[in-house]
Amino acid sequence: MADFQIKKSSKVYDVIVVGSGAGGGMTAYMMAQAGVKTLLLEAGPMYDPAKNVTQMKWPWESPRRGASTTFRPFGDFDAAYGGWEIEGEPYTQKDGTRFDWFRSRMLGGRTNHWGRISLRFGPKDFKRKSIDGLGDDWPISYEDVAPYYDKVDQLIGVFGSRENLPNDPDSIFLPPPKPRLHELMIKDAATSIGIPVIPSRLSILTKPINKDRGACFYCSQCNRGCTVYGDFSSSSVLVKPALNSGHVDVIANAMVREVVTDETGKPVGISYVDKTDLQEYQVNGRVIVLAASACESARLLLNSRSVSHPNGLANSSNVVGKYLHDSTGASMGGILPKLIGRKRYNEDGVGGMHVYTPWWLDNKKLDFPRGYHIEYWGGMGMPGYGFGFGMQNLNGKYPGRDGQMKPAGGYGASLKDDYRYFYGATFGMAGRGEAVAREDNYCEIDPNTVDKYGIPVLRFHYKWSEFEVKQARHMKATFEEIIQKMGGVVTWGKSGPEDNYGLETPGRIIHEVGTTRMGNDPKKSVLNPYNQAHDCRNLFVVDGGPFVSQADKNPTWTILALAMRASEYIIEEMKKQNI
Amino acid sequence: MDRRKYLKTLAVGTISTGVLLESCKTETAPPPPPPPDPVKAQGGHDRQPNEVEHFKKITGEKFFDDHEMATLTVLVDIIIPRDEKSGSATDAGVPAFLEFIVKDMPRHQLPMRGGLKWLDLQCMKKFSNPFVSCTEAQQIEMVDAIAFPERAKPEVRQGLAFFNLLRDLTATGFYTSEIGIKDLGYEGNRANQWDGVPQDVLDQYGLRYDERTLAESVKFDSE
Repeated sequence: MADFQIKKSSKVYDVIVVGSGAGGGMTAYMMAQAGVKTLLLEAGPMYDPAKNVTQMKWPWESPRRGASTTFRPFGDFDAAYGGWEIEGEPYTQKDGTRFDWFRSRMLGGRTNHWGRISLRFGPKDFKRKSIDGLGDDWPISYEDVAPYYDKVDQLIGVFGSRENLPNDPDSIFLPPPKPRLHELMIKDAATSIGIPVIPSRLSILTKPINKDRGACFYCSQCNRGCTVYGDFSSSSVLVKPALNSGHVDVIANAMVREVVTDETGKPVGISYVDKTDLQEYQVNGRVIVLAASACESARLLLNSRSVSHPNGLANSSNVVGKYLHDSTGASMGGILPKLIGRKRYNEDGVGGMHVYTPWWLDNKKLDFPRGYHIEYWGGMGMPGYGFGFGMQNLNGKYPGRDGQMKPAGGYGASLKDDYRYFYGATFGMAGRGEAVAREDNYCEIDPNTVDKYGIPVLRFHYKWSEFEVKQARHMKATFEEIIQKMGGVVTWGKSGPEDNYGLETPGRIIHEVGTTRMGNDPKKSVLNPYNQAHDCRNLFVVDGGPFVSQADKNPTWTILALAMRASEYIIEEMKKQNI
Repeated sequence: MDRRKYLKTLAVGTISTGVLLESCKTETAPPPPPPPDPVKAQGGHDRQPNEVEHFKKITGEKFFDDHEMATLTVLVDIIIPRDEKSGSATDAGVPAFLEFIVKDMPRHQLPMRGGLKWLDLQCMKKFSNPFVSCTEAQQIEMVDAIAFPERAKPEVRQGLAFFNLLRDLTATGFYTSEIGIKDLGYEGNRANQWDGVPQDVLDQYGLRYDERTLAESVKFDSE
């Protein structure tokens, strides 16, 4: 590589943002609104749901009929570029533990294909240690974040119903869609045994909110990306307007290597490798904002060593990478015999559940400290690879269309009719719960391994505790109760202690947070209450890393609100010349 | 373009070869048609470069030999035959789907190949012919022995696993085809305003939307 050099740009940006997902996209948007000269770096390629289209494709348009691949783990039409394994970008595990890490390398990151479940944290969620003595309290409270939740609701749009629940605050809601047939049955059964079922809260536009985005047309394919921007993706809702403002530059295919510091240890810029020409570049900025996703930003800080920061940038606390935690997950499903032989109609709806169950119990009366919410699915969805699998486990258990029993399995005309007959009678449910953040669940730099760009990779160390296992046990018991009450039959998901009650492998829920947590004490936290690094005033982190605890709620809405809040702070501080 | 359209373009080409042959006697054979665009061949929707590479690689290989493919073609139509509502598995392109899917999912290769071999050996022992050369009655007798998990005799249990897999893949290949989706009566994948469960279906199950749900749910009549 005779020509090897680092190409330094002479342009100095006010703000450099690393990562274009929820946090990075919001920051770029806010900076654009304020006229701040900003560079947004994204490790993946440009992506626009209106141009990179898989929405509305029929299953036969995929040679594998929509099956998942290594490249698209959530299905052939799923929008994600990336997944659990990215060629040339490994990560490792420590001490026989296991954490699965999902990376989405594209403009907008995981917000392009996520579930759109948009839940505000509640007041208790910021003060868990004060409640149960475990983990730590956030240095901020719900009151600090509420005004930003309001603004995010209005900027992005979320549907739901006003319920006035004590720890599941209402958003400024668009109207929700009506429940589907199996959801009505779940609602009746669950509420009759004291389990609430309310409209879900998804960032999907059931009414238009501006002229730039269309309203949802109920194709139930949010995970494919929406050509009319009817659902929230950072790429379409935040980065696109930011780009249009003229104040924000985007460089895609930029794999950031480290934050560059000067001789005093102050961050002055970013060095990255351009994936298209594999050349090294450096750009300078007055303020650096990391939003590469919780583990990726931690990795960046740990890899940004210098004389002033021998332990990694902004890591005098030694806490970067620690307190990693993901949501818990356990699920169960089956068949509703009363839905066999059902009438056909369009049941797509929005790209997710129309109803859900927010956490409803008092943990003081239980053997685990934190709650979970329940998600539901089922009905007459679009067939894909896997349709019809296991008919031999079903068609011998119920009378056929002629009212007669027959032997399981089979072939021919009666089998062909069985697929029609049983279509749309299945359902499933899953819990998504809060895990307790622990110092010894962490990611660190693997001392022996680099990726194909020469960047040292992450090594994970993660174990669920008894609390999470007991929470999963409770989920399973709850599901069985609801299913029994509904007259359903469980066909999968019954589990016991031997497999931790079906508790998903850590990382599988893809809500990992906590690796650059905020706090008032610089000895025990990386960031202050404004997502600002204790050690470096001009360095911020705005992805899921700053979370002190995660709640029984998906992190995205809170990431957006905190990024908006941190952005306002950055703009103010820049005006005052404090940074 | 997809394989069926590609084959049609070949057919159109051959009609005129009679004329061409005369004038091309002393020339080399016409150049082969350009390879199909892998992005279009995969459906024409958004693909990443690594996916395009993968598709090119696996579609460049052949897995099932002619005998295996002939056997599968008979089997899939036994599993899903033509009926008054729709065509058969072969009408829906299931054999080509099977060829693709075992290359895309190598974990299916051994059970499929081994199962086909097992089936042929059973037929050789009983009928002195491989499956595809047996009479229809003999073929059905063989399928009967391995299609019913609760009834299969111990000595043919390996055939059960094979047939379960083949039934699954055939059903999936059929009901994700255009013929199969229509047969199933799936009515989605189109822009619409989803206004809840139709009234006649609510009535059928004795369900209704309560006042509150009706009041707060999205409405489509005005604006």
